[in-house]
Amino acid sequence: MIRVAWLVAAKDLRIERRSRVLLWQVLPFGVMALLLSGLALGAAHAGHSNAAPGLYYLVMVLVALLMINRSQVIEGSPGTRASVATLGLDPAGVFLGKALALAVELWLTGVVLLAGAVLVLHTALGGTLSALPSVVVTLGALAAAGTLYGALSGGGQGPATLLPVLSLPAFAPLLIAGERSFSAALYGGALLQWWVISLVALVAYLAIGILLYGVLEES
Amino acid sequence: MIKQLSQRLLGPVTLLLLALTFWLGLWVTPPDKVQGNLARLLYLHPAVAWVALYVSFGTATIASALYLWKRSRSLVMDRVAHCAMEVSTVFILLTLITGSIWGRPTWGVWWAWDARLTSTAILGVFTVAYLALRRANDDAELRARRSAVFAIIAAINVPIVHFSVDWWKTLHQGATVFTQDGNLLVHGIMLWTLFISLVAFTLLFFWLLRARYRLDVLRGERDQASLEEALVQRRREGVH
Amino acid sequence: MVALSDAVVLVGGFPLLSGVNLELSVTSLNVVTGANGAGKTSLLRLLGGLVTLTSGTGVVCGVDLRSGDLRELRRRVGWLGHEGSFYDDLSASENLTFAAKALARPTSEIAGVLDRVELSSRATTPAKQLSAGQRRRLGLAWLLLRRSELWLLDEPYASLDDEGRTFFDQLVGDVVKSGATVVVSAHDPLRSSALAPRTITLAGGLVVGDHL
Repeated sequence: MIRVAWLVAAKDLRIERRSRVLLWQVLPFGVMALLLSGLALGAAHAGHSNAAPGLYYLVMVLVALLMINRSQVIEGSPGTRASVATLGLDPAGVFLGKALALAVELWLTGVVLLAGAVLVLHTALGGTLSALPSVVVTLGALAAAGTLYGALSGGGQGPATLLPVLSLPAFAPLLIAGERSFSAALYGGALLQWWVISLVALVAYLAIGILLYGVLEES
Repeated sequence: MIKQLSQRLLGPVTLLLLALTFWLGLWVTPPDKVQGNLARLLYLHPAVAWVALYVSFGTATIASALYLWKRSRSLVMDRVAHCAMEVSTVFILLTLITGSIWGRPTWGVWWAWDARLTSTAILGVFTVAYLALRRANDDAELRARRSAVFAIIAAINVPIVHFSVDWWKTLHQGATVFTQDGNLLVHGIMLWTLFISLVAFTLLFFWLLRARYRLDVLRGERDQASLEEALVQRRREGVH
Repeated sequence: MVALSDAVVLVGGFPLLSGVNLELSVTSLNVVTGANGAGKTSLLRLLGGLVTLTSGTGVVCGVDLRSGDLRELRRRVGWLGHEGSFYDDLSASENLTFAAKALARPTSEIAGVLDRVELSSRATTPAKQLSAGQRRRLGLAWLLLRRSELWLLDEPYASLDDEGRTFFDQLVGDVVKSGATVVVSAHDPLRSSALAPRTITLAGGLVVGDHL
């Protein structure tokens, strides 16, 4: 399972490095969404707003939707899917590999957009840095959940409109947990319980994926 | 014999208990000292929410799990899960509407960022998403498999959503029926009416589920007939 | 190798295969022909364990299509589709490295396989930049690396020039001689194969012709 996971993650990341979709399409989208968030707050509140952590995670959820879709689309045409299916890869390993690659991509985007939050939304640098560990766990949970929902929505072959409606209700607690822990890092407050929510979600999604990804792949 | 009798009696008993609930709730029980007649929602809102969040969603989850378990995998389980989720969607909508009506005089707005209201709304989107997922898949087995996995994920999400929203903020009025120590807050005829409403709406769920299931079976038979026709036509293409 | 009896495959309520009866022997070259929509691709997908058998019975490579482990069957077949069977953003050698590692095969075999399909000079070219003929050869290289018992080639001649077709026919002939069973779906029969292929004609999801 671990061998297959590494293989699939390396393959997905190599495709990403080659195609540069993350760099040229997803990242500019995230930066623009962050700027739009500032504009939506109004000139008086765009900087130093208490809403900054929430807006950061809202942007990350939107970015995640694009990246989940991309993660499934790179599996290619039905011919490629058939061909790869005949390799008989362990589905749990495929799930872990795709989730890991997606997590790495989300972490990279997340760090860039955190810098963006410091720059345009004026979040304190020290507080933002101390939010990093919780960002890593929350985005990891988003990646694990997203990989499952990506496969559920048809693995890049289904309607693109299905993925948001399937995944957003499950992203809600992650958004809350992420926003609260980021806020706690910036302004003080309870942090542990929000960590627990993100961590429980991460473990739950990893467990479900390992157990049930095969059922989805069979289809 | 007993099964047939209970199936035949399910509808009339449900209607009788619903009528009894409405009669007791609207005419027999007294208005509340603080909330006045608004408190009569006590005989509707908790019962509807009980069916929405526990009975119907629970039925859909158990049926989905039984579908995924290879030994009990059958399209019957898929049908039960689908029908229960559909009924659940209706009951969640009713829960939100009755909750909103109850909350308006207390909160001053139709929608408040109350923990239970918000988490119920999120759960409602889960059930709608389940139905959307079913519509997006034409193949029966594929549909059954994907929706069963989705239902399980949604069920696991219920406590995660509940706790996250609960910790996030709560405005909901405190316990209505029991205190935190487990002592009863509602007494006498009010308590009986509440109890009857819970039974009545639970039976209503099973009645609706049965009706919906029978409709699904009829649809299945119609699909089977058109499938056989399609098979004959397809074979004819080969002969000519 | 393959035994199908009254095999019906339904997808989305439509019968793709409506009762196929077919037996294929080991080490044989079989061409499945028929008009568009006759069920050629569906038959190949059924043989590869890529769709489930709705009714009837079937055994492929010793695996029962109804009760057996379809993942095990998939491991034993090789699939080549006409629209490509690999990752377009990866180079020829990266695609083969992925397949070799997935199958726990030594990556040292890759150079030889690329040489055999005459793609050594394009080893580092991304697959999407290869011509139709080169893409088909890359697909064949993937299959050669796998050493599958059963080769399923879906419309492999589409958009190939004469040179490409000849190369393809020769390679398929060699594979059959080395002991594999090959099933090819095509509009036209094979022309220059060393082995005389068996031609199975499909229409309406049924076998309507079978010529040796």
